[in-house]
Amino acid sequence: MDMKRDYYEDVRLFGSKVVLFWFLVLIAFLGFFPFLFRNYYVYLANYMAINVLVAIGLNLLVGYTGQISLGHAGFFAIGAYGTITLMTSAHLPFLVALVLAAIGAALLGFLLGLPALRLEGPYLSIATLGFGLTITQVIGRIGFFGGRQGLHAPELTIFSWHLDSDRDFYYLLITITVILTLVARNLVKTKVGRAFIAIRDADIAAETLGVNIMLYKTLAFAVSAFYTGLAGGLYAFVLRFIEPQIFSLLMSIIFLAMVVVGGLGSLFGSIAGACLLSWLDLELRNILSIPYLGGWLEALSKSYFSITGVSNIQLIIYGSIMVSIMLFEPLGIYGIWIRTKLYWKTWPF
Amino acid sequence: MGELVQTLVSGIAVGSSYALMGLAMVIIYKTSEVINFAQGEMALLSVFLTYMVLEYYHFPFYVAFPSALAFALLLGFFLEFAVLRRAKEPNVLGMIIITIGLEMILMGFVSWKFGAEPKTMRFPLSPYDSLSLGEIFVSSLEALTFVVALTLMTVLFLFLRYSKLGIAMKATQQNKMAARLMGIRTNRILMITWGISSLVGCTAGLLIAPTIMQPYMMWDPMLKGFAAAVLGGMTSLPGSVFGAYIIGVVENLFGGYVSIEFKSAVAFFIIVLVLCIKPSGLFARHYVKKV
Repeated sequence: MDMKRDYYEDVRLFGSKVVLFWFLVLIAFLGFFPFLFRNYYVYLANYMAINVLVAIGLNLLVGYTGQISLGHAGFFAIGAYGTITLMTSAHLPFLVALVLAAIGAALLGFLLGLPALRLEGPYLSIATLGFGLTITQVIGRIGFFGGRQGLHAPELTIFSWHLDSDRDFYYLLITITVILTLVARNLVKTKVGRAFIAIRDADIAAETLGVNIMLYKTLAFAVSAFYTGLAGGLYAFVLRFIEPQIFSLLMSIIFLAMVVVGGLGSLFGSIAGACLLSWLDLELRNILSIPYLGGWLEALSKSYFSITGVSNIQLIIYGSIMVSIMLFEPLGIYGIWIRTKLYWKTWPF
Repeated sequence: MGELVQTLVSGIAVGSSYALMGLAMVIIYKTSEVINFAQGEMALLSVFLTYMVLEYYHFPFYVAFPSALAFALLLGFFLEFAVLRRAKEPNVLGMIIITIGLEMILMGFVSWKFGAEPKTMRFPLSPYDSLSLGEIFVSSLEALTFVVALTLMTVLFLFLRYSKLGIAMKATQQNKMAARLMGIRTNRILMITWGISSLVGCTAGLLIAPTIMQPYMMWDPMLKGFAAAVLGGMTSLPGSVFGAYIIGVVENLFGGYVSIEFKSAVAFFIIVLVLCIKPSGLFARHYVKKV
C-alpha cells in the first residue's frame, strides 16, 4: 500500500503518474469518441454527460455533506428555463445565459439551505420535495415560461461556432463536464470538502472544532444547485424542447438513485452511476425491441400483463437496482470497485 | 357565509384521506424511524387486487374488502421481513432509498399489470350521493372517510398508549437494545408495525378508489399525508390528523379565494414556513440531540 507522507501529496490532482496516464487516455478517447461511434451513441454520451454533472452536484450535497434532497429536479428546471428565457427574451449569448441561470439556481439553493440548517431526516426530505414540486407547478402555470405548452430551444451559437448537431454539442458538453468534474475533485480534497465531510459525520463535533456550519451547509446547497442548474441549461439543448412535466418528482428520485447506485461520497461512483442509469434509461425506453428478451416480454405482457403498461418495467428495474444496492452493497458501484481492487492487490492471499 | 363553511367542510373532507395516509406513515416512523415512501404504493397494490377480485371474479363486497385488508397486512409483514430487515447499515438515507425503490417496484408492477387507463371501482356507497346539513353538502363517501379517519386515529391512539403491544412498540422506538433485553422481540414488533401501517394505508386506498382509480392515484394523498405527518410532528397520531385537516382546509381556502392554479403548491409552501419556525412540527416536543 502506498502511504501519503505530506499534505500536498494528499491534495494533488492526480495521485500518481499511472492515474495521470489513464486520465490522458480517457481524455483522448472522449476526444475521438464521435468519430468512432454512430450518432445514437453520441446522443447517449451527451445524455450521460448531463446526468454526470447532476450526479456530481447531488453527491456533493447528499454523499459529502449528508443532506438529503428530493427536489433537484427543481434546480434542473430553473437551469433549463432560465437559460432559454435569458437567451430568447434578454438576447444574451449562450454561455452567459447558461452561467447566469446556474447562478440563479445556486441562489435558490442557498435560500433552500437556510431552512435546511434546522431540519434533518424526514423534515428536510419533505421540505426539499415540496420545493421541487412547487417549482415545477409554478413554472407550468406562468405564461412567460410557455406554460404547459413548453418552450423551444433557440439556435445555439458560441461566438461564431454554430452548434447544430449532437456531435458539435458533444464537444461543448464534454469540455464543461470534464472541467467541472476536476473542480469538484479539487473542492472535496481541500478545506471546503473536509468541512462538508465533517458536517456529514458529526455536525456538532465539527462545529466545536470551528467549522462554520451555517456557511458550509448553505454552500453545499448552493454548489449542488449550481451544478444541477448548469446541467439543466445544457439539457434544454439536448432535448431542444422542454415542458414542465419533464421535471417531475420521479426525475429527482432518479437523480438520487444515480448517486446511491454509484456510491455515496465518491465522485467516481457518481460518474459510474449516472452513466449506468442513463444508459438503462435510453435502452429501456423501447424495451420490446431488445433482442430475445423483447419478444418474450411481449408475449408475457399479452397473456398476463397489459401491453400498454410495458414501459413500466423500467420502474421495476430501477427499483430493484436501488433496493439491492442498498441491501447488498451500500457503497454502490464504488464499493464493488474498491473490493475488486483490494482483491487483485492482495491476490493470491 | 354558507360558501365559506362549505369550503371549510370540503377542506376537512379532503383532509380526511390525507389523514389516513399520514397516520399510516406515522405508525412506521414512530416505531422504526423509517420514512416509508412505499406507503401509497402498498395501498395501491391492495386496492388493485381488490378491483381484480371484484371485477374479474365477481366476489361480493363482504368477501373482497376483508380479504383486501388481510392482504395488506400480509404485504406489510412480508416487505418488512424480506426487505427492510435485510438492510446492512440502516441509516435514514439508506432507508429512504430502499422504500423509494420498493415504491418504484410496486408502482411499476401495478401499471404493467393494469395499464395506465383510469378504471371505475365498485363501492357500496356511490361517490355522487350527498348528505345535506342545512345548506352544506357533503358526499356520503367523504363523510365515511371522515368518520373512518377519526375512528382509526382514536383506536390507534388508545392501542399504542394502553395495549401491551403498543407499549412494546414505544419501547422499541425509544431504545431497541434495552427493549430487547427486557424480552421484547423487536424484529417481530417492527413486522407487526408494518402490517398495521399497511392496513391503515389500504383503508385509505379503498376510500379513495371510488373517486379516482389509476396507477398514480396514491401519489398525491401519500405526499400530502407525509406533509401532514411532518406538520404534526411525525410522531404524533392526533398531530398528523390535525395537520391533514390544516392542509386540506388551507388548500381549499386558497383554491377558493386566491388562486385555483397554485392550489396544490400552497400545501408545501406552508410546510416549509412552519418548519422554519418549528423544525419538529406543530405537535411534537422539539427533539434536542444530546452529545
